[in-house]
Amino acid sequence: MTNMLFAGFGGQGILFAGKITANAGMSYNKQVSWLPSYGPEMRGGTANCSVCIDDEPISCPLVSEPDILVVMNKPSYHKFENSIVEGGTLVYDSSLIENDEPRNDINVYGIPATSLAESEGLNGLANIIMLGFTLQKTNFLPYDVVSKAIEKSVPKSKEHLLKPNLKALEIGFNYK
Amino acid sequence: MSEKFLMKGNEALAEAAIRAGCRHFFGYPITPQTEISAYMSKRMPKIGGTYLQAESEVAAINMVLGAASAGVRAMTSSSSPGISLKSEGVSYIAGSDVPCVIIDVMRGGPGLGGIQPSQADYWQATKSLGHGDFQILVYAPASVQEMVDLMYKAFDKSDEYRMPAMILADGMLGQMMEPVSFPEDNTSNLKEKEWATNGTKEARKPNIINSLLLNPDELEKSIVERYKKYDIIKEKEVLFEDYLTDDADFVVVAYGATSRISKSAVNEARKKGIKVGLLRPKTLWPFPTEKLYQLSKQVKKMLVVEMSMGQMVDDVKLSTKGNCPVEFYGRTGGVIPTPKEVLNEIIKLAEKEGE
Repeated sequence: MTNMLFAGFGGQGILFAGKITANAGMSYNKQVSWLPSYGPEMRGGTANCSVCIDDEPISCPLVSEPDILVVMNKPSYHKFENSIVEGGTLVYDSSLIENDEPRNDINVYGIPATSLAESEGLNGLANIIMLGFTLQKTNFLPYDVVSKAIEKSVPKSKEHLLKPNLKALEIGFNYK
Repeated sequence: MSEKFLMKGNEALAEAAIRAGCRHFFGYPITPQTEISAYMSKRMPKIGGTYLQAESEVAAINMVLGAASAGVRAMTSSSSPGISLKSEGVSYIAGSDVPCVIIDVMRGGPGLGGIQPSQADYWQATKSLGHGDFQILVYAPASVQEMVDLMYKAFDKSDEYRMPAMILADGMLGQMMEPVSFPEDNTSNLKEKEWATNGTKEARKPNIINSLLLNPDELEKSIVERYKKYDIIKEKEVLFEDYLTDDADFVVVAYGATSRISKSAVNEARKKGIKVGLLRPKTLWPFPTEKLYQLSKQVKKMLVVEMSMGQMVDDVKLSTKGNCPVEFYGRTGGVIPTPKEVLNEIIKLAEKEGE
């Protein structure tokens, strides 16, 4: 069972990263759920979504104590850091968040996803870089399953975005 | 096995309605169910159906009355405040013995309230969705797949009993995505509605659909007839899920989103050795009264969990006839209880009993 929480600003692609994760879990024959924060958050402000991946039917789609927190802004970092389960994982965008007082009972990994996206010409795809990096650190699903899920999730009308998305996943996955 | 889609509850409701033969949808946007309207507005024109965004909720429900009177499968959807506006029309539809489906994706109230998930409209749905003596069928799905399955059932039963059926969901179920598959379309077995006002073609006498009966004796007779139908429904149409109750000392009763959270808590409590089960009503009207009565003779205590200040708990108490104490735990106003909170309530229940 993996309970994940993706959090950040509206517009960073938080919900999309969660959707890809849920789609990937589904194609890997797992039980999955995806639950967004909804309402005014969608127009700026903070956004988050819960993703559950499990072998058993999912009882509670709302993740209040994540195994993995993927976080892309300061307010969400402060709001959710302490909710991570002991032994869980925090993945944060180090170009946006200073992790000054890290918890020592969890695994903490930072990646400057937003600056990487800018320097690689992948504006707006820091979310997928984060996803790739999370994959590298936690192995919550096989890499191929997630890249296939991206292929399925990018709509035909936006096919030109497929390659950049796959590249972003790779950059995050191979980041040292 | 049919293909699985990852879909939002709201979109799954809309797609299921279409596959159940709904070709007339009348709506008015309101969070957290607007995706239903959005989906219908895209799909209906492509399949020769009608999507109409009415000027208000009141107009939308009366359009449903008109369309359904002509014999077609018609639907409207809204969320709590919008359902209040529809209540006059729902009463007219019930009084006219016309079938239709109404979706309520509940949010926090009263008044404009909030937009987060709630279950505070249980009383409204099951007891007082409009004036007069009447009931509607109320289905309470707990997953996106069940939203689909119960949508098919809602249309079928609504037609069978000629009365409105409601899908009572909440913002969490409406907004979440889960894998879902759609059973075969069941539009081929739609029966001719002989009572419908769809034109005599000069081959029969005109049908009349009306809820005005000025003669008290006539009106009483029509209501008594309707209540005979309700008795049959209470006998035949109750649906519930019974989870780990066989050896249970305690039973949690919850529906919809809270039933999932409660199930998680029940599983955790079982790991701690507490013999607790879950009874989840899938129909809120008719209510699983008899099942709860039987359980009340077996268990030491029941715990009702709702996203409200306690509404279904009344029906649970009535069902148990005082055989066992019934406690309540709820969060309201859009706050979702956590599995941990419910687990704590179960532990308290068991500890008190141990003393």
